[in-house]
This record gives sequence, structure tokens and C-alpha cells, in this order.
Amino acid sequence: MANLQVTTESKPVRLILILAAIIVLGLFLLLPLFAVFAEALRRGWEVFLASLTEDAALSAIKLTLLAAAISVPLNTLFGVSAAWLVTKYRFKGRAFLISLIDLPFAISPVIAGLVWVMIFGAKGWLPPETLTNLLAPAANLAAWAASSDRFGGLFEGLAAWLANPKIIFATPGIIIATVFITFPFVARELIPLMESQGSDQEEAAVTLGAGGWRIFWRITLPNIKWGLLYGVLLCNARAMGEFGAVSVVSGHIRGKTNTLPLHIEVLYNEYQFSAAFACATLLAFLALFTLGMKSLVEQLSGHSAAGKH
Amino acid sequence: MGFTIAYLSLIILIPLAALFIKAAGLGWEEWKAILVSPRIIAATRLTFGLSAAAAGVSVVTGLLVTWVLVRYEFPGKRMLDAMVDLPFALPTAVAGITLTAIYGKEGWIGSHFAAAATWVKETWHPAGWIGEQINTWANFGAAYSSLGIFIALTFIGFPFVVRTLQPVMEDLGKEIEEAAATLGAGRWTVFRRVILPLLVPALITGFTLAFARAIGEYGSVIFISGNLPMKTEILPLLIVSQLEQFKYGAAAVIASGMLIISFVLLFIINLLQRRLDWQNR
Repeated sequence: MANLQVTTESKPVRLILILAAIIVLGLFLLLPLFAVFAEALRRGWEVFLASLTEDAALSAIKLTLLAAAISVPLNTLFGVSAAWLVTKYRFKGRAFLISLIDLPFAISPVIAGLVWVMIFGAKGWLPPETLTNLLAPAANLAAWAASSDRFGGLFEGLAAWLANPKIIFATPGIIIATVFITFPFVARELIPLMESQGSDQEEAAVTLGAGGWRIFWRITLPNIKWGLLYGVLLCNARAMGEFGAVSVVSGHIRGKTNTLPLHIEVLYNEYQFSAAFACATLLAFLALFTLGMKSLVEQLSGHSAAGKH
Repeated sequence: MGFTIAYLSLIILIPLAALFIKAAGLGWEEWKAILVSPRIIAATRLTFGLSAAAAGVSVVTGLLVTWVLVRYEFPGKRMLDAMVDLPFALPTAVAGITLTAIYGKEGWIGSHFAAAATWVKETWHPAGWIGEQINTWANFGAAYSSLGIFIALTFIGFPFVVRTLQPVMEDLGKEIEEAAATLGAGRWTVFRRVILPLLVPALITGFTLAFARAIGEYGSVIFISGNLPMKTEILPLLIVSQLEQFKYGAAAVIASGMLIISFVLLFIINLLQRRLDWQNR
């Protein structure tokens, strides 16, 4: 007990510090969370539910889910292969590669949107007209496929897009901007984890005659599954919540190119505060779910899964 | 390996190159004209000044919160620990409208703040820059001013400091504190002379991370900032407004400048983190 006395503070000091920390966290972090729900329900449940079920809100939710459904699997695949590459092999430029993976974290979301406007925008490298010419053969092929009786329906959307390929101010732009922004999340979680595990087990498996895929499925994947899950959750949360980058490429066309965060902005700027906050509750729930899963993953894996973001 | 490099080039490198090439396409004179325009200088000063101030406040509050979370036991600690990550997980647009609602004139905190500002204004009639600020606060609460931007940037940067500091503080052995105590040092002296110096590298890293994030922040700021050119316009917003006027070249130049600063910060962060890892070993 004597040890404890000299390496901690007296009880009043402890209480004051704990109280101060609770006030900081409560006022600064918890209050905003409560405010989202309080503002959303200010005008009652009916307004709340109506704002979530109107057409523009539903199409925004749909687009948000679509962008996440494409960018999360892509970046998960990339994250696993990149983490595998930089932790299991040693090569020149490895440290540089790790820095490059981190790059989107350091870039303003606005710039992440801007780069795509520079490529596909009206004054970019590949403006819509050039793209139309480039994609003409593919468009013809798709039109031919769409005209067939049996599977025609499957290709109609593709053919229509290829005939008039729009990226900026359209859904594809929103998707690529989201891919750019969520690019590092999975890799960032996996690299420190796989680095600390080393490759002893994989090497043992090789000597026992296991092939590359088998080693991955039977040894590497079980070892990294919690970190991978957390990385995917973070990636998803960001994909659904991204604002700055998609804002630059979307053009804010209501019911067409508005994701949920953009829809919130439009409602807010139209002074429909209750509706804006009603939609914000969905994203607040997503945030709470992500934080809850993080705690759960940390408990299950028995160590801190939290990387630096 | 091929897949990793190809994907990285396609998604990150080629788009960034496109931006730089677009910016480089403008002549030197145009660059200079864009970069020294008063609006950009004002936005740059505002963005960097407030980001540094916000990161500085995050360091102080982050040190307090981390200390309490690491060293003391109390009910609800686990939940508070999890809540620290809220600004990471909460989409920036949601943070933006919520902070505006709280700190605006009608808000839970903003209404009291506006009342206090009104009282100061009517009692002392302050003049000059301070009087101008107090006037804005009395009219709008803490929102729609540089104070609002500062609040949003602090909210966004806070978790970076806690999450950088936490592992370092957890690994701090109690032996040196005991040694210091046996030599007759008081608790405050031990903190100031023994513990704090060991935390400085982590505090600097946390500051830099929060600062780097704050410079590029857009979503949480634009709702609370008021967005007045020369006064409450941050750099990312300036890029967007150039783009909306179809001034692609100017947007590319500002973005390139910001990118170069981001790269330098990323480089510094990498160096700092390598030092931290070495210290933790």
C-alpha cells in the first residue's frame, strides 16, 4: 500500500481530475450526440418518420449504401493484399509504399474530390466528350447485348451509361471519390497487426508443404480476423459518412446524386432542421454501432485493436 | 504485388498527378497572382492559426482525459473511453450541424454564451477587435465566427491526442516515480519533472496529427463558420468556391499548395511516430 501512496495523488485531487475529465467529455462529446436526437425529435415522431421515408431521403440512403457496397469490398481486398505485401516481404521502397497508403488520411477531403474533377470534369483530362468517343466500342457492344431478348434487361442500364458516360455530377464520381477517401482504412489496421505477428507460422506452414492460398485461409486470416473486421467497419463508417469529397463531385442533384450526408446539408440549408437531424440520427446510430463494435472486438481479441486514424 | 501497385497508382497516384499537372500548366505569374491575393492570405492565416490553436487546446484537454482514463478507476470509465473516438466515427456533416445547433444563439451552450457576451458588451462597452468579437458573440452565440471554427476543429482533433498519448502513458513504469518519491519529490514535482518530459514526444505527435487533420477539415466547419470571405472562410472552402465559379486553375493551385504542406506534415508525423515506437520498445 505504501507504493500506491507515493505514485498516485491524494483523494481530493483525484476526484477533481476525474470530475474535470467527465465534464470535458460530457460537454464536448456526449452533448452533441444527445443534441442530434433531441433536435430530430423536436417536432415529434411524425415529422421524424416522414423525413426518413420521403423519396429524396430514400434515394439518398440507397446511393449511400451503393457507394459503400462498392468501395468497402474493393478497399478490403486492397487492404489485405497491401498489408500482406508490406509485412511478409522485404523490398526496396517498402517504407515509401507504406507512406503512400497513408496518403488519403493526410489529404483534405475537398482535394480528394477535386482530383477527380481535374480528370473527368468538363475541363479535365478526360472530359465527357472524350470519354464518349473512347467508350464508343464498349457502348456499341453493350447496346447489342441489351437488344438481345434473353438477358437484354441486364445490360440496359450499362448501355445507357456507356452511350452518355458521366462521371462528375453523377453516381460514378461519388463512388470513386468514396473509394479514394476510404482507401487506407483496412490496410492501416492490418499492417501493425501483421507486423507484430511476424511470419513464423506461415514459414512453418511452407515447410509442411502448404500452398499460398491455403496458408492465407488457414493461418493468416484467422490471425488477423478481428483487426480485419474492425478495419472493414471503420472503412464502412467513413464510406457512408463522407461529406467533403462527395460534395465536390456530386453536384447536389436531389433524388439523384445526393448521399445521406449531402441530403442532410441540403435540408439544413433549406432550414428544414428537424428533417436534417432526423437523417443525421441514422448516421449517428452508425457511429455508435461502429464504436460499440470496436469495444467488442477489443474484448474478444484481448488486446487493443485501435490503430491510429 | 502487381495488384497492390496497380490499384494504388490508379486510385491515388494518377489523380494526384493530374492535380499537380493542372496547377503546373499555369504560368509563374498566375501562380503568384493567385497565392498572394488577399482572400487567400486571409484564409491561410485563419486556417493555420485556428488549427494550431485547436490542436493546442486538444493537447491540454487530451492530457487531462488520458491521465484520468489511464490512472484512475471510476464507474463509467469504459464507456467514456469508447466515447473518445466519437469524432472519428461521427460523419463530419452530422458533427457540423450538431455543433452549430449547440453553440448557436438558440443552443444549449450558445444561448448562455450569447447572454454572457451581451452582458460584457453592455457593462464595459469594449472597443476595437475585442469589441467586434464580443458583438458577434452577443448576436450569434459561439457560431458563425472564428470561435465556431475553433470549436469544430477542437472537436475533430481531440481523439488524435488521446489515442497517441494513451499507449505511452500505459507503458510508463511506476519505478521512476517511486524513485523520485523516495528522493523526497512531491507529487507535482514528480509530474512536472519526471512524467511530463516522458510524454512530450507523444504530445507533439498528437498535436501534429490533430493539426494536420484540422487544416483539411471541411464538413464540420462549413456549417458553423458563417463562411464570410476574408473573415471566416477556411482554405478547403475557398477551393470549393473557386470550383463553383469554374476557376479550375486557381482551385488546383490552392489545392497543390495545401497538398505540399500535407506531405511535409505526413513526413514529420512518420518521423515522430518512428521515434515514439522506439521509445515504447
